[in-house]
Amino acid sequence: MVSNTEHFNVVVVGAGPAGMTAAIYAARSGMKTVILEAGSVGGQVAESPEIENYLGFESVNGMDLASTFRKHTERYVEIKEGEEIEQIIPEREIIRLKTGWSEYTADAAIIATGAHHRKLGCNGEEEFSGRGISYCATCDGFFFKGKKVVMIGGGNTAVGDALYLKNVGVDVTIIHRRDVFRAEAAHVKRLEESGIPKIMNSEVREIYGEKVVKGVKVLNKATGDVSDVPVDGVFIAVGVVPNTDFLKESGIKLDDIGYIVTDREQRTSLPRIYAAGDVTGGLQQIIVGCGEGAVAATTAYEDISNPYWKK
Amino acid sequence: MSLFGKKHDDKHEAHKRHTDIPEGEFPDEPLIVDSSDIDAVLKRFPNVVVDCWAPWCRPCLALAPVIDEMAVEFQGKVVFAKINTDKNQSFARKHQIMNIPTLLIFKNGEVVERIIGARPRRTLENMIKESLKV
Ligand SMILES: Cc1cc2nc3c(=O)[nH]c(=O)nc-3n(C[C@H](O)[C@H](O)[C@H](O)COP(=O)(O)OP(=O)(O)OC[C@H]3O[C@@H](n4cnc5c(N)ncnc54)[C@H](O)[C@@H]3O)c2cc1C
Repeated sequence: MVSNTEHFNVVVVGAGPAGMTAAIYAARSGMKTVILEAGSVGGQVAESPEIENYLGFESVNGMDLASTFRKHTERYVEIKEGEEIEQIIPEREIIRLKTGWSEYTADAAIIATGAHHRKLGCNGEEEFSGRGISYCATCDGFFFKGKKVVMIGGGNTAVGDALYLKNVGVDVTIIHRRDVFRAEAAHVKRLEESGIPKIMNSEVREIYGEKVVKGVKVLNKATGDVSDVPVDGVFIAVGVVPNTDFLKESGIKLDDIGYIVTDREQRTSLPRIYAAGDVTGGLQQIIVGCGEGAVAATTAYEDISNPYWKK
Repeated sequence: MSLFGKKHDDKHEAHKRHTDIPEGEFPDEPLIVDSSDIDAVLKRFPNVVVDCWAPWCRPCLALAPVIDEMAVEFQGKVVFAKINTDKNQSFARKHQIMNIPTLLIFKNGEVVERIIGARPRRTLENMIKESLKV
């Protein structure tokens, strides 16, 4: 049921770092701006255990950084939480955005809906979901204190989360399907120093258990042997997929994986719609999302002042 | 604690306890419960949804406003309660909570459904209606 429609110059979808930066830039250039956020402020930042590569913060935990971002952003714009955009409809002069119960219109929309964790896709993953499998170490790590778990993955998130788990007292082993980690050297060095056991060149083929997770079956890709690793928990960090399902009907151009295609000015294939951050792929880091957000808002401002689609 | 500041604490801590609700009445907001009074709440109300959460869990924070709204929507039919799993570890262990947020749906004191992870409001409404027949 739609009650009334509110109009803005710019509606930003998603309150992660990309959306919040875009909103600050849009508001400071004088445009009436709002942020619509499906969940709570911070996006994936609020799930990060520790961030050490965002300029100005030598080391900060994700929740704290998210709350700093919120404070800064709320000086300029309102963030509406619990507003999940389900549909974006480009019309001649405006963009219409719909949630399950409300509707907004805007001269321009900036999509900064980020990404969410990818599933591993092995046997048992569905069956034991919520029964020992987790995709968020900072949420669930605590329940596995003193217990044995595996962390699956080899990128920054997997290595960072493994270190976090070890820190809170979880007995963690990392399993990676390649023989070298994809994570940045600083992370890998810390992993080496931590003494966290590694199972390299190996793929988890099955998560098994009895009501709850009891272990994983691991294929060694070099030898072809399958071994059994008994554990109480399985943490999975094997990359992300973009949050673009709600855009399928909008006609916006997505790439094969589902990332929004943009030009260097963050314009999408549809006039008045811009995108920034993890939802556009590339280097998925906070500072990049912020940078793209700033560009998106500036382009939106220039286009609204001087519409290229009317030339 | 410097999580989401005052705003966030309000959301999670400022709820009533069941003893604040007069006999025969139903709350229009989630009740705060802990290991000491959860059983009394489950005895008192036939339909209870318990939100297992912790302050460091972002998806839990995302779910909080939805729980608040559903407490109003289902007032008189379903009672919503929030338990901090950090402070109530025995409860978490008893119910084998390994991920948060988890919603435990109780009918006459028995768990009839568990919902793991934050979900859109309409999905939750349907699952609650379905499992409690309300
Ligand atoms: C565990 C972990 C550790 C990390 N560590 C680091 C690190 O150390 N350094 C670093 O630079 N990066 C790190 N990252 C990556 C970084 O968090 C992301 O690159 C960054 O958060 C992307 O920002 P974003 O604004 O594009 O998207 P997100 O942060 O994903 O935010 C998108 C927001 O949009 C909302 N949303 C989605 N769909 C909708 C919709 N339909 N309607 C309304 N709102 C919607 C989401 O709820 C979310 O809040 C880490 C990520 C993870 C998961």
